Amino acid sequence: MELLIFYPIALMCVGLALAVVLNKNPINSAMCLIGMMLGLAGIFAFTQAHFLAILQIIIYAGAIMVLFMFVIMLLNLKEDADHWMAREKNKLLSGLTAVLLVGALYKIIDVITEAKFKAPTAVPDSFGTVARVGEALFTDFVLPFEIASVLLLAAMVGAVVLAKNKLD
Amino acid sequence: MVPLSHYLIFSAVLFTIGVLGVLVRRNAIVVFMSIEIMLNAVNISLIGFDRYFDQSDGQIFSFMVMCVAAAEVSVGLAIIISLFRNKPTVNLDEFNILKG
Repeated sequence: MELLIFYPIALMCVGLALAVVLNKNPINSAMCLIGMMLGLAGIFAFTQAHFLAILQIIIYAGAIMVLFMFVIMLLNLKEDADHWMAREKNKLLSGLTAVLLVGALYKIIDVITEAKFKAPTAVPDSFGTVARVGEALFTDFVLPFEIASVLLLAAMVGAVVLAKNKLD
Repeated sequence: MVPLSHYLIFSAVLFTIGVLGVLVRRNAIVVFMSIEIMLNAVNISLIGFDRYFDQSDGQIFSFMVMCVAAAEVSVGLAIIISLFRNKPTVNLDEFNILKG
């Protein structure tokens, strides 16, 4: 029964990810990527990782993709398309890359299906709630949590410095 | 209940699509989006394992992955903007001034 929900969402995500890679227009790619992020949030919620599902929507589909949209619209890429199409038009190279990756993927899937995992069991209701994840975050993982805040501050300063017009 | 192998295969498929995008596309912004697909694919397998073992560690890891992704995107897009100022293109093949 649960597979009936899992498979359509997973197929939708894979299709949208392919659309991101294959679309000619970056705006369409970004739209498909937002759809994929929302699908993944669905998968996370379905896995009972509610906290991560909400974070996925807020951080990825909200913040990161809005930033992508801003940059795509800030840079006017219309006249640029002919230049970067030249190498992408090389169908032989792209095809060979795809075949190589499908080979690697086949091997990975082979290994995964050979492995003997226990049958999935029900998890307690507390799994993935803000309370339980927050408890782990502020006890065992409090140092990485603090370091992440420094990382985000550094990224913020770095982005401002890099995107500034001229350094005085 | 969805078996763990389904999560892992789903994650592997998405990751491969991301690698394909990085290798095949030459538009810097689309390459960035493909990197985001790869990071998300890793999150799926982390959460799948987390549920399999009924722990919270994998969720903390994917939380950290999201932090790093946010930092990476803000800095990376700033780099793309400043590159665009020097040379009005986002074609990765044209940015080769660091090549000796």
